[in-house]
Amino acid sequence: MADNPLLALQGVTKTYGTGDSQMHALAGVNLTINPGEFVAVMGPSGSGKSTCMNILGCLDMPSGGDYHFQGVNVGGLTRDQRALLRRHYLGFVFQGFNLLNRTTALENVELPLIYRGLDTATRHRLAKAALDAVGLSSRETHTPGELSGGQQQRVAIARAIVTAPCLLLADEPTGNLDSKRSVEIMELLTAINRDQGITVVMVTHELDMADYAKRIIAFKDGLIESDRIING
Amino acid sequence: MLGNALLLAFRTLRRNAMRSLLTMLGIIIGVAAVIVVVTLGSGATQQVSQQVASLGSNLLMVSVGKRMGPGQVSGAEAFKLADAEALAKDVYGLVAVAPVASGSTTAIYANENWSTNVSGTTDAFFSVSNQPVAEGRLFTASEARLGTAVCVIGQTVATKLFRLQNPLNNRIRLQKLSCEVIGVLKAKGQSTMGTDQDDLVVVPLRTYQRRIAGNQEINLIKVSVQSGHDTEKVKQGIESILRTRRHLASTEENNFNVMDMKEIAAMLSSTTQTMTGMLSAVGAVSLLVGGIGIMNIMLVSVTERTREIGIRLAIGALENEVLLQFLVEAVVLSSFGGLIGILLALGIALGLSGLLQVPFVFQGGIVLTAFLFSAAVGVVFGYFPARKAARLDPIEALRHE
Repeated sequence: MADNPLLALQGVTKTYGTGDSQMHALAGVNLTINPGEFVAVMGPSGSGKSTCMNILGCLDMPSGGDYHFQGVNVGGLTRDQRALLRRHYLGFVFQGFNLLNRTTALENVELPLIYRGLDTATRHRLAKAALDAVGLSSRETHTPGELSGGQQQRVAIARAIVTAPCLLLADEPTGNLDSKRSVEIMELLTAINRDQGITVVMVTHELDMADYAKRIIAFKDGLIESDRIING
Repeated sequence: MLGNALLLAFRTLRRNAMRSLLTMLGIIIGVAAVIVVVTLGSGATQQVSQQVASLGSNLLMVSVGKRMGPGQVSGAEAFKLADAEALAKDVYGLVAVAPVASGSTTAIYANENWSTNVSGTTDAFFSVSNQPVAEGRLFTASEARLGTAVCVIGQTVATKLFRLQNPLNNRIRLQKLSCEVIGVLKAKGQSTMGTDQDDLVVVPLRTYQRRIAGNQEINLIKVSVQSGHDTEKVKQGIESILRTRRHLASTEENNFNVMDMKEIAAMLSSTTQTMTGMLSAVGAVSLLVGGIGIMNIMLVSVTERTREIGIRLAIGALENEVLLQFLVEAVVLSSFGGLIGILLALGIALGLSGLLQVPFVFQGGIVLTAFLFSAAVGVVFGYFPARKAARLDPIEALRHE
């Protein structure tokens, strides 16, 4: 394995609530992910996989333990510093697509670039390239309402990769799609991982989808139950 | 960063055009109300001060009766010609004194008749009340003394009786008196009180007393004070002479009244200003209500767009960027409303000034103030919802349905 892991969790715990109603979502997770990996995270609901994803995405903070992203201790960052980290290094794909309504596909993809402070011409160029990469160059002016679920998810993927992030976090990206569209999305994610070298961490319920990954991690009761390399 | 925020704000407002317009309505009405009121108010004030200038310099009006309130007088003995002569002789600092006896009479020429105010006075009247002749001539001192059957008429009377004919050298009938029109006065327009100052017929005092009124009474003495003289002192001089002549004991109140026209004009213009102030305050309340409307709609907007805020935060928007986005949206909403209000107000003020015959005076100061105020309303009432948006937890926000 590489000397410099992309991210490392060391004894990470997450506790919700206080006193008797305390709930341990994560009970001390150790995990290292290297650049270029394609990891599928599995596990029943309540196993802690979503909490783990939120911590990996710097959206949530661990209650205990350390999270290092590219050697930086995320626990020591402020809310805004974590936002900047997301802006520059992370991309998100959600189960529910989470596109802006009544906003064209192009404008949706441009959104992260606006926060990067790029000029209009550069934004347009990059956003068009990203839409092209997900095979939607003919749908630039369509709003989410005018696109199918599979197309919406592809716009969301374009939005996530338009900034060329180090890490793409996908939370059940095929959860709302039929099997045919799911396969298309998985092939797209595989291609992104392979061709652009973007590390992908994906939560999924379906073994079929997990099979596209190179490594499968299974959560149970707030701990990693198994961690195996496939397609290695 | 601000440019982006503006871009985002315009996109969002355009997407909710109808709601944006309705939200702006409060601001539009508030701004328009304040500007219309202030513009018309200052027009009215300007009109009053112009009328003061037209009244004649340092005019005092000495009338019979105690002043009870606006326009009310209680009965008292009329003045005599000798009273006016005594004032002219004994009060220091006067330019001229014009005794006036007047009443309402129908003036007749050919088939036309017009009910007007007929004043019997001396030749001093024209200079005291600042009414020069436009055509023909004024009557002379000797005509006034002799009681010749001549008259000078105002523009309104000339128009009503003679239409397009030349009134000069024609004879009009005032009750039993037939008199020759020797002059037409220059138009003077409405007085401060709103009466037509051109609706009058002026005849020599003696003529009026003998042939129209049939008595020796004088209701009004117009006095013009030398410029540079303290009108207050002159007023006191007039009062003391008239008190003596009217045999008033020191415990009795004056049964006549000396009015300084300038004071009245000042009072009227301060009334106008008070009204303007009060109506502006009503407009300002509307601005406040408009601001609350903006806050309300921004709070609705934040709740409605919680998921959008979650997405923005997730892809790396800073707290301040989200705050700025919603703040700019509120400010754009309110200042755009302000702008529409200004345009609307100028249109309304222009229309109303024509309708109310008040001059249109453009008030740049109030327009600018109203605009800045509307923008400030956006900042103040937009801040709370914007802060609420900025402080959302991205995970919670993304889960929001």
